[in-house]
Amino acid sequence: MTQLVWLVPVLPLVGFLINGLFRKSLPKSLVGIIGSGTVLISFILSVVIFGDVRHEGFQPTVVDLWDFISVDKLHISLAFQVDQLSALFLLIITGVGFLIHLYSTSYMHEEEGPHYARFFSYLNLFVFSMLVLVLGANFLILFIGWEGVGLCSYLLIGYWFKNLDYGYAARKAFIMNRIGDVGFLIAIFMMIAKFGSVDFAEVFGKAGSVSTGVITAITLLLFVGATGKSAQIPLYTWLPDAMAGPTPVSALIHAATMVTAGIYMIARSHVLYDLAPVTMNVVAVIGAATAFLAATIALKQNDIKKVLAYSTVSQLGYMFLGLGVGAYDGAVFHVMTHAFFKALLFLGAGSVIHAMGGEQDMRKMGGLKKWMPATHITFLIACLAISGIPPFSGFFSKDEILAAAYGKNPIYYVVGVFTAFLTAFYMFRLYATTFLGGFRGTHEQEHHLHESPAAITIPLWVLAILAAVAGFLGIPAVFAPNAHWLGAYLSPVLGENAHGIELEKGTEGMLMVVSVVLAVIGVVAAWARFAKKPELGEPTGFGKFLANKWYVDELYNAVVVRPLDLLAQFLTFFDKHIIDGIVNGVGRLVQYGSRQLRLLQSGLVGGYVLLMVIGILVLFLVELFTKH
Amino acid sequence: MGITQVLFWFLSIMAILAAILVVISKNPVHSVLWLIVVFVAISGHYILLDAQFLAIVNLIVYAGAIMVLFLFVFMLMNLNAETEPQKNRWLKIAGVVTGGALLLVLVAALKKADLKAQIAEMNKGDIGLIHNLGVTLFHDYVVPFEISSVLFLSAMVGVVVIGRNEREQKDMWPHGNNYGA
Amino acid sequence: MPINYYIFLAVALFCVGVAGVLTRRNAIIIFMCIELMLNAVNLLLVAFSKMHHHALGASVPTAGIDGQLFVFFIMVVAAAEVSVGLAVIVMMYRNTHSIDVNFLNRLKH
Repeated sequence: MTQLVWLVPVLPLVGFLINGLFRKSLPKSLVGIIGSGTVLISFILSVVIFGDVRHEGFQPTVVDLWDFISVDKLHISLAFQVDQLSALFLLIITGVGFLIHLYSTSYMHEEEGPHYARFFSYLNLFVFSMLVLVLGANFLILFIGWEGVGLCSYLLIGYWFKNLDYGYAARKAFIMNRIGDVGFLIAIFMMIAKFGSVDFAEVFGKAGSVSTGVITAITLLLFVGATGKSAQIPLYTWLPDAMAGPTPVSALIHAATMVTAGIYMIARSHVLYDLAPVTMNVVAVIGAATAFLAATIALKQNDIKKVLAYSTVSQLGYMFLGLGVGAYDGAVFHVMTHAFFKALLFLGAGSVIHAMGGEQDMRKMGGLKKWMPATHITFLIACLAISGIPPFSGFFSKDEILAAAYGKNPIYYVVGVFTAFLTAFYMFRLYATTFLGGFRGTHEQEHHLHESPAAITIPLWVLAILAAVAGFLGIPAVFAPNAHWLGAYLSPVLGENAHGIELEKGTEGMLMVVSVVLAVIGVVAAWARFAKKPELGEPTGFGKFLANKWYVDELYNAVVVRPLDLLAQFLTFFDKHIIDGIVNGVGRLVQYGSRQLRLLQSGLVGGYVLLMVIGILVLFLVELFTKH
Repeated sequence: MGITQVLFWFLSIMAILAAILVVISKNPVHSVLWLIVVFVAISGHYILLDAQFLAIVNLIVYAGAIMVLFLFVFMLMNLNAETEPQKNRWLKIAGVVTGGALLLVLVAALKKADLKAQIAEMNKGDIGLIHNLGVTLFHDYVVPFEISSVLFLSAMVGVVVIGRNEREQKDMWPHGNNYGA
Repeated sequence: MPINYYIFLAVALFCVGVAGVLTRRNAIIIFMCIELMLNAVNLLLVAFSKMHHHALGASVPTAGIDGQLFVFFIMVVAAAEVSVGLAVIVMMYRNTHSIDVNFLNRLKH
């Protein structure tokens, strides 16, 4: 079965081709069936592959399809790698992907036929690219998937391309990603130069033989790529704007899967990162800083999707913190739990937006618990999970990272745990403002409020169950020794000490209590503060500073965009007036010269004869004075 | 200085003076007459060079037929008056200067060439006789001779075509042509 | 007579003809100047013919005779040329009522 792994990405590709090519003729129901069905089959195949991988004595397999690039000594093949890590990601991508496809069949139902098919074809293309990304057996195939998901992200953010702002948001996402991709590409070039190969096995095998400086450079460049794709400082600003896309897209791409590509890539190349302690520190610092910064911004956002977007950035920061402190399996664990609860949050938010007729401002919601019980319950589970309340999944994964961070450096832990507190606070601010209190929208909206149909609620329930129980895949050693199933499962890939630095059980338990207490305080405080009287006015003082996202966009505009714009204007001026001036000047000179020369063409025969005789004269003179 | 030299100088001066007068005469008829004088002088040179046949042909064809044709055209057009309008002085000067410069250059070029030893035979030899010319013409140059007859024919056709006036052209198609209308 | 005397005479006549072509505007006068130039060339050809005969006549009795035949052909061509040329001038006079070559400046367009 492992040999047929190529079927997993090919099926969504087929779906993409069918839906994309016949989008004008296929009926909407068939489009939905093809779009979701291909992903469902991929999911089933992934489950089978996962079963193979879990067998005792399974060896990581590389499925070599064909030679992709063959230049001199460099051979890059189109090869897929099946091991514990990629099998896990296959499950997450196809599983969550299928649920979101299912959800979309209902959510996007108001779109016209061709656009509906376009949406599904993009989604399928995205799933295909993401699967290529995680299956690639070398950095180049990974990079192809990496670029593919970037493209799909661009296409889907700009799905409603008639709205100019959405188009700008798509462009911003694409450019930000591109900045990171440059780093990634240079890293690949350096690998080719230093190792003569981009295959994971070969690169990791030879990693010990080159100097630490080279490894540090490669890992830092890879990390630059990861900051672009996974929305870390300084390239994170595209992700909140990416909420311009339809909500299922935000759930699938900008929360559950694509943005975790950076974490996957670093976990995959952990052999390199282990050899570069400098890079590890950089990753940890950036991760912690991003987590904290995004959490503070999320405190003051009023758009329901923006809050979730910043919370995603913040959670991604956690994952990078986990990677930076060496807790690779913690990071992957958090990727998994985050995929469940964040997809659930976004889908729940989508359900709310759907019910509200497209309204995204939380200040105009409130009391929705009464009308949307299923959405309310599942959303509450997701909020508890992300806040780190035991026994929901977020508690386990987050605490694993926090424990490893404490082991590395207590400062990381302090930042992390404070961010956890902020997370609990803003999530329950969101929850309370949306679902508690009284309804604050228009009367018409209130009349239309309704629970979403089954195609929306079923994915919500499935994800809610997963978000609630997925944490038990990684029970910390504090509660039961050797019960960390995920760590054991991933250890063939991530190494035996992928936990980061082990702490004493007492210390770990104490840290856990601290973070849980802080989370509970955050939840209670937010509940008490916002349940009855949500904040509706404009923020002031420091709150305004947060609401404006620390003015990072403005800073980027002033520091990067404006100078580039001025440079472009200058170059335009230079092109229009200097370059064109030279070109036109040459043209005008020729025109002027020919206008003067034209006077010689008087049409008077006498003049011609005169010139002819003068010409003969000149020839004679030349002959006379040059020969002798 | 024998009679031959005297005649040479006399004919040369006569030719050049007459040529200059051709150019500077205001009245075109005078120009024609002066040109006849030039041709007569050149025919004299031919006789001095023992090219009797060419001398006679030159007189008959050039001085006779062709120049009469010129005169005839002048008469026909009633152009014997001084009809030429005043021309740009500078262009005139430029023409004269250019012609003079050409002369200078050619003379300068010839000065360098060593030709003193080469003598043009005079008062002697019989290659200019019609008998010898005729033998060569109809032996070696019979094809060019025949081709020249074709040239004459085509020239004649050309003259007829050019000289026909438009009224006659219309008469050639008495029922009118379909192209103009 | 040394050959350069004839050459200088012919060149002088030729240059007078050139100066005439350059200075006059009357088409027939220009035509006549061209005839003048042709005759200068004819004279030169005859002189060269006799020069060759003087140099080679002892061994080749007909040496130089083709020079005189070329003069004959030039006269033929000149006669044809004059007939056509005069016809053109008559035509031109009929259309423009002038024989000033400067009226014929349509070559410009």
